[in-house]
Amino acid sequence: MLTIAGTQFSSRLFVGTGKFASSREMKEAVEASGSQMVTVALRRVDLNNPHDDIMQALDRTKIHFLPNTSGARNAEEAIRLAKLARVASGTNWLKLEVTPDPRTLLPDPVDTLKATEQLVKDGFIVLPYINADPILALRLQDAGAAAVMPLGSPIGTNQGIMTAMQVEIIIQQARVPVVVDAGIGAPSHAARAMEMGADAVLVNTAIAVAGDPVRMAGAFRAAVEAGREAYEAGLGKPSKQASASSPEEGMLTPDLDFIQD
Amino acid sequence: MNITCNGEQRAVEKNSSLNDLVISLELNPQALVAEVNGKIVEQPKFTEQMLQDGDRVELIRFVGGG
Amino acid sequence: MFTVPDFAHLQQWIIRSTEDDVRRALDREHVDIHDLAALLSPRAEKYLPQMAARSSRITLQRFGHVTQLYAPLYLSNLCVNRCAYCGFSAGNRIPRRTLTLNEAEQEAMILHERGFQHILLVTGEAPKAAGVDYLEELALRLRDRFAALSIEVQPLEQAEYERLFRAGVTAVAVYQETYDRAIYQQVHLAGRKCDYDYRLDTPARAAAAGMREIGIGSLLGLADWRAEGLALALHLQWLRKQFWRTSFAISFPRLRPAAGEFQPLAPVSEKNLSQLIFALRLFDHNVGLLLSTREEERFRNGMIGLGPTRYSAGSCTAPGGYSQPDIEGEQFSVGDHRNLAEVSDALIAKGFDPVYKDWDKEFQVFNLESLSS
Repeated sequence: MLTIAGTQFSSRLFVGTGKFASSREMKEAVEASGSQMVTVALRRVDLNNPHDDIMQALDRTKIHFLPNTSGARNAEEAIRLAKLARVASGTNWLKLEVTPDPRTLLPDPVDTLKATEQLVKDGFIVLPYINADPILALRLQDAGAAAVMPLGSPIGTNQGIMTAMQVEIIIQQARVPVVVDAGIGAPSHAARAMEMGADAVLVNTAIAVAGDPVRMAGAFRAAVEAGREAYEAGLGKPSKQASASSPEEGMLTPDLDFIQD
Repeated sequence: MNITCNGEQRAVEKNSSLNDLVISLELNPQALVAEVNGKIVEQPKFTEQMLQDGDRVELIRFVGGG
Repeated sequence: MFTVPDFAHLQQWIIRSTEDDVRRALDREHVDIHDLAALLSPRAEKYLPQMAARSSRITLQRFGHVTQLYAPLYLSNLCVNRCAYCGFSAGNRIPRRTLTLNEAEQEAMILHERGFQHILLVTGEAPKAAGVDYLEELALRLRDRFAALSIEVQPLEQAEYERLFRAGVTAVAVYQETYDRAIYQQVHLAGRKCDYDYRLDTPARAAAAGMREIGIGSLLGLADWRAEGLALALHLQWLRKQFWRTSFAISFPRLRPAAGEFQPLAPVSEKNLSQLIFALRLFDHNVGLLLSTREEERFRNGMIGLGPTRYSAGSCTAPGGYSQPDIEGEQFSVGDHRNLAEVSDALIAKGFDPVYKDWDKEFQVFNLESLSS
């Protein structure tokens, strides 16, 4: 079972709650996904439309809230949002996002590390959103991050795991869980991340903007389960040759006659 | 007296608390966190947080996000 | 702290492997610990040429046509431990000696004149005669003359490793000898070395102290080499996760039957040793693999480019042996008696560049805060 900072999750699919047509649709999609962890953002109350209330929509006894710091452009803004989020949610869990570039929303590695160091000191359980940089992932782990969340491709692009090579290195090296976040546009992308050995994936846009978000949530649920199962079962390597490993054929082998017995 | 709430000027009665403001806006205080002049005020303290002329109030809550 | 699974469990794990498991392991891009178990199994023996080919390709890809060379410098053969297999064991009647700092420096300079840039300082476990103060003082004397100073001495505390690191020691080799707890107790009869767990935790202490490279290994011939290989891999995997800034190397000291010496409890053939080396290379593409002068010239020449990345050369295992070649009191007799130039020539003949150093300590910045993990 997936364990982050001592909390167990039977579902390895995290769902973002943005971009849904309504709170009701979001709630139904989250339920269909089987997810036990959803991300939420903090915003000023829109005084002209004060009744859109996500806290009421979801059953928090079953679903863990992971507040994010979306909108923060530097470490200081992220820390301020984190403190508000802690008071508002009653949880010290945090998805740390620091995105200074409004076009790509790519995360700032320097301020993400800076904010992580501070927030860990302040008692937060920090899950930083990062570019798929293995050394940054290790530095964040050393700074006390509870998991790392490398992106598959820039947020909202639906391009899938364009960073596969780097994500694989992160998975291989990290002591903390690796949650692939952003860019997952189809259930097959989610399955691929899970087959690679990711501990979980976070999906938002692909579910929220689907023709039928509730059915799409179910499709992602199945894909994540299948991908994890395949990873645990042990995948074979795709091979161009029919059977390169049989001793009679294949590569040139060195002469081992020097070995005595 | 006048305060600024979420960027908008608002008139409130003298001796209003933060809780009075929230109720007058028809908001559910349970789901809110507030900042008054940059300081976080937790929901249980809304009734004892008295407002002063010129206060800057931010009312914040969760919305959907990824 | 790292814990080793029960040795019998490791053996079972390996023995259960099928030929299909071996084939699948050879087909995989990343050989994981389960694949490694198959590659260490008897079923993999007939695939030795395929394993050698893959090991060779990976080694060339990662390290190039390059082999590093080093020499051990034995400083002391005094030892408080009684270890059934070791020439320095406290009960053995051999001439005991600890080089003075001047003598040690003199020996080091002989190696320096022969062309060595990387030396491994070796002692038994005799903290009074050759403790941290002694090693620190010697390292300070030698640090400017050598590109790399490694130590293979008694297990130390982290703070002691930090002192030695600051004095110019960059690498620590500490071998568990055997990961089989029962055999470990059986061959370590007396002395501080009897504490299996303290020794097991030593590589982590040295890495935490900031050492650039940690060497681990098993003394082959004590217990089932296949399970030793799996235990080594698990230890390596754990160390890599904890200390991602550290380089790691594995040595393969092999006990061989010899008259009047300790007889191996579980003999390891050259074929076995080759399988172990190839399997570990497939499992970890980056780990340094050391082949010492315990092995014979023929075998060492044959293995060039197939997996090992570092050879010792011209070794003498008795303190003072470089200035007095006939001296007694050696730890073990070497199998390859060639000097540095001859080993270098053999490497060159095979198309490999003999490298005497791959790092200059002058570049090092001693910032221990940035090394904590």
